[in-house]
Amino acid sequence: MTTEALGWWGVPLAVVAGTLRGSAPFLFVSLGECLTEKSGKINLGLEGSLLMGAMSAYAISFLTQNTAGTIVAPWLGVLVAGFAGLVLGGIHAFLAQQPRVNDVAVGIAMIIFGSGMAFYLGKPFIQPVAPQLPAFELGNWSSNPAIRAALKLSPLLLLGILLAFAMHWFFRATRWGLFVRAVGDNPDAARAMAISVPKVRALCIMAGSFFAALGGAYLSLYYPGSWTERISSGQGLMAVALVIFAKWNPLQCLLAAFLFGGAQAIGPALQSVGVQSNYYLWNAAPYVLTLGIMILTSSPRRTLAGMPGALGTGK
Amino acid sequence: MATTTSPVSPSAPLRWRSSLEPILLPFGALLASLVIFGLFCAVAGANPFAVYGSIYRAAFGSWFSWQNTLQRAAPLMLASLCTILPARMGLVIIGNEGALVMGGVAAVAMGLWAGSLPPAVVVFLMALAGIVAGGLWIMAVGALRHYRGVNETISSLLMNYIAIALMNHLVGGPLRDPSFLSKPSSFAIDEANMLGRLFGTRIHFGLVYGIVACLIAYILIQRTTLGFSVRTVGGNPKVARMVGIAVGKLTLLITFLAGSCAGLAGMVEVAAVHGRANESLSVGYGYSGILVAFIARQNPAAAVVMAILLGGILASGSILQRSHNLPDATVLVFQGIVFLLILYSESLYGRFDFFRDREAGE
Repeated sequence: MTTEALGWWGVPLAVVAGTLRGSAPFLFVSLGECLTEKSGKINLGLEGSLLMGAMSAYAISFLTQNTAGTIVAPWLGVLVAGFAGLVLGGIHAFLAQQPRVNDVAVGIAMIIFGSGMAFYLGKPFIQPVAPQLPAFELGNWSSNPAIRAALKLSPLLLLGILLAFAMHWFFRATRWGLFVRAVGDNPDAARAMAISVPKVRALCIMAGSFFAALGGAYLSLYYPGSWTERISSGQGLMAVALVIFAKWNPLQCLLAAFLFGGAQAIGPALQSVGVQSNYYLWNAAPYVLTLGIMILTSSPRRTLAGMPGALGTGK
Repeated sequence: MATTTSPVSPSAPLRWRSSLEPILLPFGALLASLVIFGLFCAVAGANPFAVYGSIYRAAFGSWFSWQNTLQRAAPLMLASLCTILPARMGLVIIGNEGALVMGGVAAVAMGLWAGSLPPAVVVFLMALAGIVAGGLWIMAVGALRHYRGVNETISSLLMNYIAIALMNHLVGGPLRDPSFLSKPSSFAIDEANMLGRLFGTRIHFGLVYGIVACLIAYILIQRTTLGFSVRTVGGNPKVARMVGIAVGKLTLLITFLAGSCAGLAGMVEVAAVHGRANESLSVGYGYSGILVAFIARQNPAAAVVMAILLGGILASGSILQRSHNLPDATVLVFQGIVFLLILYSESLYGRFDFFRDREAGE
């Protein structure tokens, strides 16, 4: 109602609000995919991890609310979601590193398997209401509910932002970060340094899937904040494109996540001021944006700047 | 290995063991996935043997269930070709669902526009519209790959979502039938212009389209110069360029053909099953088509058999829900397990001594 009172000013405000609310899943999956790809493998199956994360977080939060209390239960859910992602990542890591097995194909299979498991196990949790994650209310100074809603921040988003900086530091300044980069850029050189390529990759893929599952937990426990089978709408798949856009740099993943969260918010924001036409087309905005960015940044002759050397070579 | 060192002709009778490998390994993987899925069912509290019994009865147990299965197999065959054809030249395309949706919407639009023409002409025009729309949709992916180096897997995937949004836009706006209330849908095509049924059964002509398309694709890949060029590019793009194959043109042609098959699947779905375009067009035949393509090891002839198998599994989905109290996603879990094990079996080639032929003349 107040959005209407703000008139057209409500649109940018709603986009900002939508960006702050909707970016976190993009951030977590892109950071997860970034770590995975830095080690030289692709994981398209993060969509499965995302869904599994969303389902398990919601289920655990619902099931433990009486024993753990409504404050702890959602966080327990987040933790369990991460471990569900870890397991799926483990399967991907094992299969994608077998000889003659294409990591892209394994990813597609993991989407089917992961979403199948999530829908199967999540069937009983579509109706019940689970305790949600809390939010920081930064807009309490304003009497305008639209502004207050826009300035609600989830701690999980802050955690994601911290993770982006941590990962940046990890790649630049730590020994383990160097190992990951060596494995992803030149596996032969890494072997010469006596690094176990399969182990490093397995750890990276599993950790990446863990992060993606946290993004799923954000979806079901914060925004939109319920578990349904349509909750993800392909955010896990877009991770791959997001990472290309971010040039395999965790800090730029942050930028990419905000951009995509914003693109996703345009349609609903326009709808909130009564612009109904082309609603579905605006829903396609993140995908069109991804595709556009890929077209602009790709080139048939050179490999992309920042791309790990072993990516897509099957080495 | 043995044939390269042995001077004896490769048609020596001792070669049977290595020819068994590509049959027995996928078969073994299927068997293993049946066992794992059986364990899954057991954990879920259902008797695995009873579940398999129901799947068999619902899929292949009677003429009635065969008809259900074959109806579902038709779009799967066509959709699988969308992955199979480009895969033979080394492209992993998974935009089957999007091409199917675009084909279906184009077919409906054509059916509405040309509705007053003689039915045979309308059906032909609808098929053509589906073929062209789906073909152009995936050809765009091929063009982006060749001219801009855009990863075809990801772009085709994104285009699935764009296609579904476009369809929602069209059936919610320009094509919307206001009298159809349950969900936004296009106007219905005339009953007379629907695809016919085969000999008084419920199986529609889509099955014929599917089988014929797979056979054409098989001949194209295995028996023509064009197919040879495609396989050469798939084997080694550098060599292909050196021997003068126009990789760009070939990419465009193959991606067009691939997309047109999925587009035709969309046309079959609207012209034989739904009669109009709405969200029921996107129920996952495109994604299941990817699975068929991989289980068939990118062989169009094998895709016919695998599509019937998977069609049967899909047809049994509701039975699992009704008589075993398993959620409908159980079928998805089953598909996932099969897919993962089939992929794993790829890594087992050459690992078993059993499949190694002894030196000829021993």
